[in-house]
Amino acid sequence: MTKLDTRLALDQLRESCEKAFAAEKRKILVCGGTGCVSGGSLQIFERLKELMEEHHVPVEVELQKDPHQDVVGLKKSGCHGFCEMGPLIRIEPEGWLYTKVKLEDCEEILESTIIKGECIDRLAYRQNGEIYRRQADIPFYKKQTRLVLEHCGHINATSIYEYLAIGGYRAFEKALFDMQPEDIIQEITESNLRGRGGGGFQTGKKWASARVQKENPKYIVCNGDEGDPGAFMDRSVMEGDPNKMLEGMMIAGIAVGAQEGFIYVRAEYPLAVERLRIAIEQANALGLLGDHILGSDFSFQIHINRGAGAFVCGEGSALTASIEGKRGMPRVKPPRTVEHGLFEKPTVLNNVETYANVPMIIQNGSAWYKSIGPENSPGTKAFALTGTINNTGLIEVPMGTTLREVIFDIGGGMRGNTDFKAVQIGGPSGGCLTAKELDIPLDFDSLKKVGAMIGSGGLVVMDTKTCMVEVARFFMHFTQNESCGKCVPCREGTKRMLEILERIVDGKGRDGDIELLLELADTISHTALCGLGKSAPSPVVSTIRNFRSEYEAHIYDKKCPAGVCAKLRTFVINPELCKGCSKCARNCPVNAISGELRKPFTIDQDVCIKCGTCMSNCPFHAISTEA
Amino acid sequence: METTFDYGPVDEILSRYDLSERSAIAILQDIQEHYNYLPREIFPKVANAIGIGEARLYGVATFYENFSLEPKGKYVIRCCDGTACHVRGSQPILDKLREELGLSESKHTTDDLKFTVETVSCLGACGLAPAMTVNGIVHASMTPEKAMEIVEKLRKEDETA
Repeated sequence: MTKLDTRLALDQLRESCEKAFAAEKRKILVCGGTGCVSGGSLQIFERLKELMEEHHVPVEVELQKDPHQDVVGLKKSGCHGFCEMGPLIRIEPEGWLYTKVKLEDCEEILESTIIKGECIDRLAYRQNGEIYRRQADIPFYKKQTRLVLEHCGHINATSIYEYLAIGGYRAFEKALFDMQPEDIIQEITESNLRGRGGGGFQTGKKWASARVQKENPKYIVCNGDEGDPGAFMDRSVMEGDPNKMLEGMMIAGIAVGAQEGFIYVRAEYPLAVERLRIAIEQANALGLLGDHILGSDFSFQIHINRGAGAFVCGEGSALTASIEGKRGMPRVKPPRTVEHGLFEKPTVLNNVETYANVPMIIQNGSAWYKSIGPENSPGTKAFALTGTINNTGLIEVPMGTTLREVIFDIGGGMRGNTDFKAVQIGGPSGGCLTAKELDIPLDFDSLKKVGAMIGSGGLVVMDTKTCMVEVARFFMHFTQNESCGKCVPCREGTKRMLEILERIVDGKGRDGDIELLLELADTISHTALCGLGKSAPSPVVSTIRNFRSEYEAHIYDKKCPAGVCAKLRTFVINPELCKGCSKCARNCPVNAISGELRKPFTIDQDVCIKCGTCMSNCPFHAISTEA
Repeated sequence: METTFDYGPVDEILSRYDLSERSAIAILQDIQEHYNYLPREIFPKVANAIGIGEARLYGVATFYENFSLEPKGKYVIRCCDGTACHVRGSQPILDKLREELGLSESKHTTDDLKFTVETVSCLGACGLAPAMTVNGIVHASMTPEKAMEIVEKLRKEDETA
């Protein structure tokens, strides 16, 4: 790669990339996201490459300056967000999507699709007996509006040339040469872009206050510490379209007058780190990062910091402490991060998705951006849709879309023959919403009104077989475990709340426990030091509000209505299925099971400690549980 | 100490970094990658090199969950216990693995240093829940039975290695 030293040189390179990209009429995009890689997509990629070479198909893995006229592009793309159907292969120009592809399918893909140009219907997606060949027609995708994720899965995520070919770094170029820093901030402010990390703070306002700080240097920090369990939007952006986020950070650098950027990525995302590293190396080699970028006065460098497994580092001041090489503990605010952030200098801290929105706004203007979604929360939001629904995956919809549309139209409804019970939104800091709240629009303000929050965008759908008290215990266990220990309300308070929840699910709940939980929740949310602590009781409060009777059933009736809590279940032997082999009786640690050989055995409920050993050992599946 | 500790690899790692506090986490990560854990001998050396107190470095190492002060097994199995995995039944998988390998919530590594079983808060592979990783490789849609098959495979692999 040669360094580009003028704007013209960048435009010329982009033009040649566009040509090379267009020359690849047939493209085979093998998904190289975390999910599909675990299903063997990399082996499929290698096999296809081998086969194409064997059959003398002109194959190209990287964009070439002078491509063969019938060239077939074979690319490793980023995540499509439909991980459950993986490994996925997208076929261009038709836009077909092959699902659950196996290594054995490669030969047929070569013969039918690559050589003859035919679709293999066997590999196409099916729903309710219907075949969907084109990715865009699949109900999961049809109702989405993919802007941030537009190119995830459609380009080679390790090639800056492909990013240039689809118009990449145009917004950066515009910001650098055609706009003043104040204009950039103005545009972002007018777009009303709100932080996608959870808080929903106005990005333009944040940038403006960082810009006016007198102290120098200033820093741009990207929060890629997507720690909420059940959320993976940012992972997909970093893996699938890393340059988009870098471009957003670079524009922020111009806007606030910073020369250095830091990306903090969690350690659980090794592939994202790898893709970002490649993107940064390539941008450096092309001179899009470095000193005097494209011959201008602007210099910018981006570093990657890998997290080391601490959820609290998603909090701004903890994150900057971690980059500084310290224990990642939050500090009292104010001063805010824009005044005293990284290395105690003015710092702009936004999350991955927020930065990925920036190039589009600069390129298309704030008026365009505001035309999407409601006025107070414009734009789109990516959600990680998981749990007991048919289609799990990464989705992007305009803000203001209702939960019903998301769960039933995009998510394809509940999995199996179960009924919808609740959806947990916003991870351990959020709350759960029930069937009566399905028509609430998903945006910052509407959710706040019902005591939930978008958070980073995890949506975990739960069916009637889910015990809400257990879910609350799960989240409390998580936050308790992740509490950094700096402030007492969070360190001690969450511990006490967890103890109460544990005894409730163990069948030892006492009268007054619900009230005590609410009182602790109130104190913690008012007095904890950081956002993690303040929001830690939310899942408990929202489950008590919506499912108080379930708590009462656990405490007073010693029953788990969903039949989940082990200690509240009754184990019974079905006499029709029991062959009287005595295996359960021999394995029972408390000798609660007795009977005569070759005749049905019985369990003495007064002695049974509900450990479940009998059930997991029964060779005839004769033992089951009752609520 | 009966044997002297070979600081060669630590020196090599230190040489890659700007020797200041801000490199602390990255240096510890590289050392852990090399040794599989953080040997106690490295603390005075690294703390001195980057100019902070030993206690402060130790504080960093104990704060972050990924750092281990004890050797880990040859095969590190990490069960995801994120929300999506939890809802789809990750607990029975973890229970089964611990039972099979004689481990518990407080004992993560087998005495023969073959297996380590840990939980991880979310791998971001929620679409494939429940998920687990073996030495960083993601295994999707797990069941207790599938986990047992993987353990068996690893045991065989270890014997033939």
